[in-house]
Amino acid sequence: MHPAFSVIFLTTLIGAGQGLFLALYTGQLYSVFKVLPVQDSADFYALGSLIAVLLLLAGLFSSFFHLGHPERAWRSAACWRTSWLSREVLTLPTFMGAVAVYGLIHYLGWNPVLYSFRDTFDIDLSLVIGAGASLLGFTLFLCTGMIYACIKQLQEWATPLTVVNYTLLGSASGFLLATAFAAWQGSELTEFFGGWAILMTVIAFITRTASLIRNARIKYKTSLETAIGIRHARIEQKSQGFMCGSFNTREYFHGAPQHIFRLIKWSFLVLVFPIPLLLVSIGLSANALGLLIAAFLVQYLGLLLERWFFFAQANHPQNLYYQTVG
Amino acid sequence: MSQLALVIDLNVCVGCHACVTSCKEWNTSGTAGYLADMNPFSKDPTGTFFNRVQTFEVGNFPNTETVHFPKSCLHCEDPPCVPVCPTGASYKREADGIVLVDYDKCIGCKYCSWACPYGVRELDEHQKVMKKCTLCVDRIYDESLPENERKPACVMACPTNARLFGDVNDPDSEAAQAIRERGGYQLMPEWGTRPANHYLPRRKTRITIHEDELIRADNPLYKERQLPMPDADDPTLDETTSW
Repeated sequence: MHPAFSVIFLTTLIGAGQGLFLALYTGQLYSVFKVLPVQDSADFYALGSLIAVLLLLAGLFSSFFHLGHPERAWRSAACWRTSWLSREVLTLPTFMGAVAVYGLIHYLGWNPVLYSFRDTFDIDLSLVIGAGASLLGFTLFLCTGMIYACIKQLQEWATPLTVVNYTLLGSASGFLLATAFAAWQGSELTEFFGGWAILMTVIAFITRTASLIRNARIKYKTSLETAIGIRHARIEQKSQGFMCGSFNTREYFHGAPQHIFRLIKWSFLVLVFPIPLLLVSIGLSANALGLLIAAFLVQYLGLLLERWFFFAQANHPQNLYYQTVG
Repeated sequence: MSQLALVIDLNVCVGCHACVTSCKEWNTSGTAGYLADMNPFSKDPTGTFFNRVQTFEVGNFPNTETVHFPKSCLHCEDPPCVPVCPTGASYKREADGIVLVDYDKCIGCKYCSWACPYGVRELDEHQKVMKKCTLCVDRIYDESLPENERKPACVMACPTNARLFGDVNDPDSEAAQAIRERGGYQLMPEWGTRPANHYLPRRKTRITIHEDELIRADNPLYKERQLPMPDADDPTLDETTSW
């Protein structure tokens, strides 16, 4: 498939935003159970949520460039019963709204204790709204992943690993951002977020590598034999029916030379996993904010390449019809 | 429930592209707007087409066959492009099974074109909406046309009658009979899309003749040819027999 920058930015930006919110909420949840110290509402949770919302907004903004008719984008909420894309379109603004409400509650201090468990653990309003928002965050990962995983004939995508990778890579990126954010705030949660970011990056490395290995071993179900329905071991296209390009030759081929394609694969494998792990480890032990920010930025750059590769690697069966100009 | 479709006979298609040009001509002139051509007279011209004819070579030289292969929307009975559409712009008509795009609802997200295994949907570069073969829905029901012209433009244009049009679910239709009797098949059956368009395979017409069909085993002359010739002065039946 031809990677579209709008979708690359959409998926990476909202992934980081979702991960950042999940990090903030995890921190708050732990503090309720007195495992971690409570953070300042306005400075920490509200500002963190604002950053998450800005990332989500940037992703949403980017997605409009993918559409031929952005002014009709509202129509895409219609078919949520059948379309994962429609479900994502519904979930993204809902999640964004929930994160905004969560941040606003913290910012304005409208955070009444709803229930006190044994008078020790206070369940306040933000905790309840945050739980709903977290659920929406995970739903959004599911929707984004399923948009790709549900297309059967794109065999590189049609695996549960797609959803797993979207979830883990987005979460790792968001937790890494949360680490840098906590360090900037001088919060005690820096190491907590950093630890999770390392763990998620390591697990994501395993699952992303698993999908790369799986995709390298794929046996394609479609061949020229089934594409034109003639049973013969040797079928060669002599003409695709036209000389210059068409939608079919532009949309489904990434067009990059093989060495660039390989270079991008290895670049993302290096930029997403070992370098951020190294940077965040040194950054945490040296308590260096610069390194933690660099860890996030390097991984984000790597994720852009990862997403490019994700799209480029998918081999659409229609390409069999467009092997030779003529 | 009826399902209109094309049945394309690869045995007689000569790859003349008449269906391609006829399709383009009809559909670029319709009320739904033209099929945009970008840079038509300059470098890298490109345009929207509903139908293409491709050419494949099957086999090893000298035993090769050139197969011309027209490809347009197959109007699947279980179309993968329809459920993925987020707006409902892509739909399959209950009444006749034609898969259509509502150009006023389409947001141009291209997701349907990813979901179609056959690559028969094209984004119109000018209108920025997804377009595809409509089975000439604006022709086949047009009562101002004579009845024998209420067929898709490609079918009308085909000089070798390689394209049959009809209801493949009606066992008495020409299309269904052709599928049934001439080995009609579907493309990429592995994806469970159940395409309504069918293709009729290449066929060789061979006749098997055995030796005993060339030489008459019970030929009386063959059995009796050892008989002696009559003497020269014997009376003969000159004109009727050789001895």
